[in-house]
Amino acid sequence: MSSGNRQTGKWASVVYSLRLLVRDPMGLAGLILVTLMVGTAVFAPYLAPRDPFALDVMNRLAPPSQDHLMGTDQMGRDTFSRVVMGARIALKVALTAISLTLLGGLVLGLAAGYGPKWLDNFLLLVFDTLRSFPTIMFALAVVAVVGPSLNTVILVIVVTTVPVYGRIIRTQTQAIRYNEFIQAERAMGAGIFRILGVHIMPNIIGPLLIVASMDIPVVVTIEAGLSFLGLGVRPPTPSWGSILNDGYSFIRNTPWIVIAGGVPLILTTLGFTFLGESLRDIFDPKLRKDI
Amino acid sequence: MGLYFLKRLGLSVVIVVVAVTMLYGMIHLVPGDPASIMLGPRATPEMKETLRVRMGLDRPFVIQVVSFLGNVAMGDLGTDVFSNRPVARIVLEQVPHTLVLVLISMGWAAMMGIPLGAFSAIFRNTILDKITGVFSIAVIAVPSFVVALYSLLFFAVYLQWFPAIGAGEPGDLVSRLTHLVLPSLAVGLSWVGYIARLVRASMLEVMGENHIRTARAFGLPESVIIYRYALKLAILPTITLIGVSIGRMLSTAVFAEIVFARPGIGKLIYDSVITRNYNVVMGSVLVSTALFVFSTMISDWITALLDPRIRENL
Repeated sequence: MSSGNRQTGKWASVVYSLRLLVRDPMGLAGLILVTLMVGTAVFAPYLAPRDPFALDVMNRLAPPSQDHLMGTDQMGRDTFSRVVMGARIALKVALTAISLTLLGGLVLGLAAGYGPKWLDNFLLLVFDTLRSFPTIMFALAVVAVVGPSLNTVILVIVVTTVPVYGRIIRTQTQAIRYNEFIQAERAMGAGIFRILGVHIMPNIIGPLLIVASMDIPVVVTIEAGLSFLGLGVRPPTPSWGSILNDGYSFIRNTPWIVIAGGVPLILTTLGFTFLGESLRDIFDPKLRKDI
Repeated sequence: MGLYFLKRLGLSVVIVVVAVTMLYGMIHLVPGDPASIMLGPRATPEMKETLRVRMGLDRPFVIQVVSFLGNVAMGDLGTDVFSNRPVARIVLEQVPHTLVLVLISMGWAAMMGIPLGAFSAIFRNTILDKITGVFSIAVIAVPSFVVALYSLLFFAVYLQWFPAIGAGEPGDLVSRLTHLVLPSLAVGLSWVGYIARLVRASMLEVMGENHIRTARAFGLPESVIIYRYALKLAILPTITLIGVSIGRMLSTAVFAEIVFARPGIGKLIYDSVITRNYNVVMGSVLVSTALFVFSTMISDWITALLDPRIRENL
């Protein structure tokens, strides 16, 4: 019975938070945009009217028409279908990179916050160094070495954002490691992994998930940016960034390719940012002060 | 006081040294040796060997790193193997272009962002405050290279108000400035949002403090309270943000420089990545990292000068 009560209590709070979210115009806009984007990514193969890879050289750089909603690119590929499929790449990179970053940040942050002092100092120095590279320039250097690919993009994002998460987790861990309930666990003989996994992690994961969700637009931007430079996903994979790159070469005569590649990118970053801001205000008003 | 400054300087130097070592290790330890990649598949073993010796790749790794660090300390970033010119000179030629772009962008972003933030703090919770808030979030969210592309499309290609590419004629100030308008719009736009939000938040904090209440109790006019007492304090965190922003702007400047075909350190890195010119990649990433680290340090110094509480924790 008690578990049933807890269940309904949980549901009630989820429903309540959703109501708060929908009542905030910004939250509602964010929710709609994110739903659209995720929906497009999931159902992309059904939504794309044409094969995004099919070449049609006779119809290259055709203006928007009933046949091609957003025209075609320099190889006659249907831009609309490529934009729809691009949502998949964006979401895939965002989810993979953010999960890996969270994982890496947790391991390193817990080690720094709970481990010995020298390890803490060493990890802090590594964090500070990694953060001191300007992201895109670091990305360019990595691409110069290992070559462009989707995995390189993910690697760059993880390496440059792990320090941010690591630092947050380290501070949070240090804040609770001397609490009485941790001391009591240790006195009862709990191992280090039990303390970290069962007692410390649940206490720090909440705010972290909010930070992570707010990083989705940043990650989507980095992927699109690198692909725009021709240093991200390999052709012919449709990414919004590579569509922009195709469009940039023909910007004077065929502006629709650039417009078609940029609009979904703007809507996605806006959607996730609005949703994240709104969620943060609902769940953790204290976080509001720092940007 | 002096101790804080020295410790902060020491930390920055250590970070740069570790960063250089990491970069050097990354470029030289991965499979595929730089010399054979640079020479392409048709190179003979002798050619590769000569280049390896010229690049110093035949020596043990630790020696390479230490001698590289020593050279860097003396301002020698190696030689560009393609043009035979010193890398330091190639990089330093490009730095002013990027610095001008970053500083102009920061300047207009601060000039827009500070009043905007102060304004929405004063009119807190009104519809104006809400609109400014959504505007700030929106400009932060929109990717800067999309701003660059769209402004190129709209203002340069469609309206033809501003030139599309290049940095303008050397010596012609008007031409230089018109070439800066669109790139600095792209680089600075999101910072209007960051600065406005930060100023608003710290303004609200300051407005709640005792000395402001005292000033009100003395019957000072609201404008004096806001401009002379509140805003002055509220701007402090912005200085830190501006220091950090220089480094992040270096990243966005890469896109602006490529989209508008402007010379600059970002364009240099991009071009040398494409041609796999490792020495130049290394040198220019190094210089921009150092720029980032030291601009953050200077902003920390200034903040410490202005706010003694910060000196305690490093």
